[in-house]
Amino acid sequence: MSDDEDDDHRRSIDLAAGDKPGGGVLSSDPPPPFSDQVLENVLENVLQFLTTRHDRNAASLVCRSWYHAEAQTRRELFIGNCYAVAPARAVVRFPRVRAVALKGKPRFADFGLLPLGWGARFAPWAVAFSSAYSWLEKLHLKRMTVADADLALISSSLPLFRELTLFCCDGFGTPGLAYVAENCRRLRVLDLIENDMEDDEDDEVVDWISRFPETHTCLESLVFDCVRCAVNFDALEALVARSPVLCRLRVNPHVTLGQLQRLMARAPQLTHLGTGSFRFGQVGGEQEVDLEPAFVTASRSLVCLSGFRGLTPEFLPAVLPACPNLTSLNFSYAEITAEQLRPIILHCHKLQNLWVLDTVGDEGLQAVAATCKDLRELRVFPFHAIEDSEGSVSDVGLVAISEGCKKLRSILYFCQRMTNAAVVSMSKNCPELVVFRLCIMGRHRPDHRTGEAMDDGFGAIVMNCKKLTRLAVSGLLTDKAFGYIGKYGKLVRTLSVAFAGDSDLGLRYVLEGCPKLQKLEIRDSPFGDLGLFSGIQHYYNMRFLWMSSCKLSLRGCREVAQRLPHLVVEVIRERCEEEENVEAVEKLYLYRSLAGPRSDAPPFVKIL
Amino acid sequence: MSTDTAISSTESEVSGLDYEETELKLGLPGGSRNGAAGSELERKRGFSETVDLTLGGSGSASQSAESAGAQASATEKPPAPKARAVGWPPVRNFRKNALKSCTYVKVAVDGAPYLRKVDLETYQGYEQLLAVLQDMFSCFTIRDYQTERRLVDPVNGMEYMPTYEDKDGDWMLVGDVPWKMFVASCKRIRLMKSSEAVNLPPRDAQT
Repeated sequence: MSDDEDDDHRRSIDLAAGDKPGGGVLSSDPPPPFSDQVLENVLENVLQFLTTRHDRNAASLVCRSWYHAEAQTRRELFIGNCYAVAPARAVVRFPRVRAVALKGKPRFADFGLLPLGWGARFAPWAVAFSSAYSWLEKLHLKRMTVADADLALISSSLPLFRELTLFCCDGFGTPGLAYVAENCRRLRVLDLIENDMEDDEDDEVVDWISRFPETHTCLESLVFDCVRCAVNFDALEALVARSPVLCRLRVNPHVTLGQLQRLMARAPQLTHLGTGSFRFGQVGGEQEVDLEPAFVTASRSLVCLSGFRGLTPEFLPAVLPACPNLTSLNFSYAEITAEQLRPIILHCHKLQNLWVLDTVGDEGLQAVAATCKDLRELRVFPFHAIEDSEGSVSDVGLVAISEGCKKLRSILYFCQRMTNAAVVSMSKNCPELVVFRLCIMGRHRPDHRTGEAMDDGFGAIVMNCKKLTRLAVSGLLTDKAFGYIGKYGKLVRTLSVAFAGDSDLGLRYVLEGCPKLQKLEIRDSPFGDLGLFSGIQHYYNMRFLWMSSCKLSLRGCREVAQRLPHLVVEVIRERCEEEENVEAVEKLYLYRSLAGPRSDAPPFVKIL
Repeated sequence: MSTDTAISSTESEVSGLDYEETELKLGLPGGSRNGAAGSELERKRGFSETVDLTLGGSGSASQSAESAGAQASATEKPPAPKARAVGWPPVRNFRKNALKSCTYVKVAVDGAPYLRKVDLETYQGYEQLLAVLQDMFSCFTIRDYQTERRLVDPVNGMEYMPTYEDKDGDWMLVGDVPWKMFVASCKRIRLMKSSEAVNLPPRDAQT
């Protein structure tokens, strides 16, 4: 689940087509004459074949009748910024939606840069959907604050509701899950991924697993590895046993090895499995669990394996029978060395997605490169997520991967040491790269061999990887790097910048040079008002701009706000600050919006 | 833009860090960062104490000290800020917490109305744990009976046995099993009044 799945569209709701300023989306026209009605029916039938919202947005711009027909037939609604449009307006324009994807907070909220209580509450959307979208089946929320009450409302108002995915959300706990389990009789998918769930006190934990219907369920996917408290295992086992079409199951670390064995016996048809803890931990019990036979059975269907939070590496070989068929493997919570990885990875010839910890080292990555010739996505996370740790992966590992995995499309790589040469190598060996995110953890760290800035490496990436749409830069970078990005990064839609650049020129290069830029997030870089102004021609084409700890002033931000009335310009302070009118802007978050300034902004947010 | 109009930084629980510390300042290397930075460093201690970060090896610690001192390098590298920046490196809290593993356990004392939490992984063994428990509830001294360890409240002479609940839900005496096994299996700790501890399994129960 990543931002990469973000689309190739420009806007979810057109700012121009058919909308009068200040509302009036649906003019109350008199009913069209008969022939027009026929035309509209034909159109609706044809438009149903348009599935991507990019195409649909384009179709809606043709003329008024196409706009109406498209609006009537849109089944999937994507709202990339929950504040870009008011819920009421969205449901009025698209009355027959079956699936909604809704995103809230900006991504830097994940790293603590957005104070708590900033917003992105799901509640107003829950109210709108529960009354307007009786046919709603699927809801996919990302970085929203979802209350238990919202889940209660949704689950009890929508009879056809069958798929709920919550990614990086917060605000709900086991009571909310209980509502969903109990009320959504047709539930097929309940995916809870990396949510920050409420820490229920022991006596407030609700046994939500027991609330699923007692008959056979339609469950296809149950992912709850982020649920902090233990679930009722007997109920879980019984649930799995009566869910004949269950193919994705990811449990939380409270589920022990022995319990996992029982679950696997109940669901031999799983395609995606997330283990609980995978370790020796019991005193006086469950010491002799042999999972290998379970994995032999599972290998017939299993393609994706994850979990391993709390791993006793000695147990790892149990998964070997399943390796030859795996396309996706997530070891990013498993603290394993190259020696422990090698025997496993050696068998994973079909692997396309791999997430690991940097504890596997350059050697481990070399083993990956030697076997996984079909690798499309690699993520290497840091075990010690601090700047001055030793770091076990480096330019060596990156080069190895680039030489072995030529089909690579997406990489996220945390390291302590990197060279331009390695990055250049990757740019040449992996022409299919769409996502390149390199995080050199030491701030302003140069090429460790030459002492130079990392400009040339990133320059090569944008030059040589012609399909690149997402880029995250790091290390010591001058304006030159941004010059390259502006000059060559013509398809770049998402750019993340931290501790980089010399002057406003850097920001200008990017804002003037990258026509497809949608999402720009910058922190701790010396870009000021002049740089900000250089994007005025472009901000309406973007989803958002985030700038924190840069050199912006209130005056500059105000000027942008005045010149672009459809932009919401938020200046965000730390919560406890006294000063309201400090000229220096600590955090800026601006985004286009049809809804105007939001009414739920907390006191530490000033909307200019 | 003047950066001297500092946003007053406080030790909020979200971040007590003044971002100016991490801000690139234009100008020649070796510029007057330290004057401003110095006073801000004290304010940062609060933040770095509340964040559970483990330091890397000693080699890298000295490296960062060097790079902070190396002002006049030939490249245009600005002096590296010493304090940590909020949210850097960009790893989600979920992942950081997951990697820390679930060794936080609640500690309860019979008769006390509050709970505390300890992270078992930060201790090397039972001695340290008991010392911490003693500090925590501040009224106990450790009395070592041969193989058992008890905590005594010097005020009223009440004896408490440190006990813990393991993953199977059984209550055991702290100290029964090897330390690592204890860390892996302990779910919570209770300082039980000795009079109530009689029903626990005897000392030589299987490990």
